[in-house]
Amino acid sequence: MEHISFLVAVVIITALAFDFTNGFHDTANAMATSIATGALRPKIAVAIAALLNFAGAFLSVKVATTISGGIVNEKTGIHPEIIFAALAGAILWNLLTWLRGLPSSSSHALYGGLIGATVVGVGANGVNFDTVVSKILIPAVASPLVAGLASWGATKLAFAITRKSGEETVGKGFRTGQIFSSSLISLAHGTNDAQKTMGIITLTLVSVGALPKGALPPTWVIVSAGAAIALGTYMGGWRIIRSMGSGLADITPRQGFASESAAATVILTSSSMGFGLSTTQVCSGGIMGAGLGGPKAELRWGMVRRMVYTWGLTLPAAATVGGLAAYLAERGNWGVALVGAALVAGSAAMWVISRRQPVDADNVNDTTDVTPVEVAPAAVPAPTTPASTTVAA
Amino acid sequence: MHIKWNALAQTAGVSFGITVGVVAVFALGILALSRREAALTARREAAGPGTAVTGGRLALAGAYTCFAVCGAAVLYGLSLIANK
Repeated sequence: MEHISFLVAVVIITALAFDFTNGFHDTANAMATSIATGALRPKIAVAIAALLNFAGAFLSVKVATTISGGIVNEKTGIHPEIIFAALAGAILWNLLTWLRGLPSSSSHALYGGLIGATVVGVGANGVNFDTVVSKILIPAVASPLVAGLASWGATKLAFAITRKSGEETVGKGFRTGQIFSSSLISLAHGTNDAQKTMGIITLTLVSVGALPKGALPPTWVIVSAGAAIALGTYMGGWRIIRSMGSGLADITPRQGFASESAAATVILTSSSMGFGLSTTQVCSGGIMGAGLGGPKAELRWGMVRRMVYTWGLTLPAAATVGGLAAYLAERGNWGVALVGAALVAGSAAMWVISRRQPVDADNVNDTTDVTPVEVAPAAVPAPTTPASTTVAA
Repeated sequence: MHIKWNALAQTAGVSFGITVGVVAVFALGILALSRREAALTARREAAGPGTAVTGGRLALAGAYTCFAVCGAAVLYGLSLIANK
């Protein structure tokens, strides 16, 4: 019994840690463009996002009854060691991509970790590869394209309709709109992603008999999952916010509103149609569409390429780490401890490296590159500067 | 392997339609606001400094209608999240 409770405690803590990195990683999805256009000040933006993520966790628990939506065979395959290994893979990949300032999908990292850990721990038959294709790969390709196209169209229309309007009214109006559209993304994110953690903790408890089969998440699970994701969100993954807000394109309020609306719409329609998708990819796709739909039709293709490569790598990379971790964790308690130690050491190392070039609320809008040459000569720091003056719209 | 291409296409179409629709309506609202602003400024200049200027109520009503439509779309979105 002692063995089980040690492992279960480790899994729960790791799941909450993953939830934290998830919030941290995905603040940018909802808030990057609002911060970039000055619709919200950085600190306020992350506070709103954190609050709505927490609120979102309480809206629904239906997704939380499954870890993976059928990607791995949960009935036979899953035991706490595998879940732990999967989480380790997902956390490390999330931190590595954060360090590089690249928005990658936290859900894909989790699924990748699960697939890798299951293949090693149970065998390839524990993974439903059909479901992987139809529930992960196809939406992963389709959703950013759809969001990008919708955002492109919406941006074109927004510019056409308000072509002759005063820039001040336009800037103010669309910035106000952005507050609502980014809030909606935050709320949807809290609902979707906090539920994944709830599901992991609940199913772990079920698997050791601490909860009856088919139990809904207990209140403490909902509260702690919501709190972990909200705390992570509030910390703000400023590196990723910078990449998404100003690294892909110069975003004006019209474009910010269009891309956020597109992202919110795609997320809501597809989750109500039963497609799982990556909030990160949808939001990035939306920003790309908005960049191309703008008057200058500009996009920083170097950043686009790096993001797309990262998306492609997320699943296999997290799977590799997850598989390796599963191999060790299956050896017994010392293996679990070793994976835990590696996880802590790896996370600490990445944090230390990040301190060499810190990105925070004060310099998030400064430069466009994640690895900047110290300070760009004409950097405009004040995020409150109306975008209409800095952008030749 | 069973892939729901139909549902996928439907999702894509609906997403595109709603996004473009909402953003267009919102932009129309802003257009109305800025027209009103321009009209008021013109009248203010004609009336001379210090005079109170009214008017543009129709434009304002139009703008608010547009924003209300967008608000309804947001509420619908919220209901989708909550009922999932």
